[in-house]
Amino acid sequence: MLNLISISITPILLLLIITHGLFKRVNIFSTFTSGAKTGIQTVFNILPTLVAILIAISMFNASGALELLGKLLAPILNIINFPLETLPLAIMRPISGGASLAIVSNILKTTGISSYAGRVASVMMGSTETTFYVIAVYFAAIRIKNMRHTLKAALIADLAGIIASVIVVQFFF
Amino acid sequence: MLNYIWSALMIISIICAAALGRLGEVTSAAIDGAASAITTAITLLGIMCMWSGFMSIAEQSGLVKLFAILLRPLTKWIFPELPKNSKALNSVTMNMTANLLGMSNAATPLGLAAMEELDRENGHSPHASNSICAFVVVNTASFQLIPASIISLRQTFGGGDPYEIIAPVWIASAIALIVGITVAKMMQRN
Repeated sequence: MLNLISISITPILLLLIITHGLFKRVNIFSTFTSGAKTGIQTVFNILPTLVAILIAISMFNASGALELLGKLLAPILNIINFPLETLPLAIMRPISGGASLAIVSNILKTTGISSYAGRVASVMMGSTETTFYVIAVYFAAIRIKNMRHTLKAALIADLAGIIASVIVVQFFF
Repeated sequence: MLNYIWSALMIISIICAAALGRLGEVTSAAIDGAASAITTAITLLGIMCMWSGFMSIAEQSGLVKLFAILLRPLTKWIFPELPKNSKALNSVTMNMTANLLGMSNAATPLGLAAMEELDRENGHSPHASNSICAFVVVNTASFQLIPASIISLRQTFGGGDPYEIIAPVWIASAIALIVGITVAKMMQRN
């Protein structure tokens, strides 16, 4: 049922946009193409940022820095009964969506989807976003030098989401 | 700020790689990363054109206004400075709708379009406005009704209820969103 809903959302929205446009007598074809044109410019604006950010992320992934960091943080995490298997995910989640997905798959495969670690990993993955990527790409679309408090607020939100994932899973199951 | 994070990621990577004897892997990862940026951009180019196009239709027809009314209670709290019916608020609304519905490949193009509108609203100033900061924080918090990608991943492994995490995801992401916006509101005063 939920699966059906999630695959039909996009087609339903498109149908709604097209029929509503026709009904309101919008010249939908030329409106679409002129809108699409603005999209091209945006992608070119963010391209250099995308290159910069993906270089750094893929170097970090390959370097083994994650495992070292995990060993350092382990003692603190035992306080809230944080499942250690999910630590690499918590660190990687704000940095890289693809790498996080790989970590979650691995946790689900080895511990099962209804294990403590499997549930925490799923909730963590579902409730947070790839913060660095979003910030870099969104700010690349415009020419802002000073993003003020954005990064701090976003990272505090991530931390809250990660801690909440652990606590909510303990509470629910 | 991004200066420090970007350089820290690379410096830490190189030092760790040297210590762990993985310098070769890190070099090829750097090159792979650069190459994958281009593939990502090309994929994004098509999707971006598609959603910018449909977005223009929805804007012209007035459909966006309907969504804007539905999300008004939320947007009023997050973006008190954006005028009602402004183009910026319309784009922000469309992005938030896409996020809520879990349409992740629509959310980015609509979000980038919204950033451009917010930038215009801000007079192209080099300093991000409160609304710009809040908007990016909303997008880093991922609030969605159906966390489809994680559910389908759980389905592929089986051995339990793939859907059992929906309510916990809602609560955790609501906490992340509320904390993010509250912190942003506290920080914007200084």
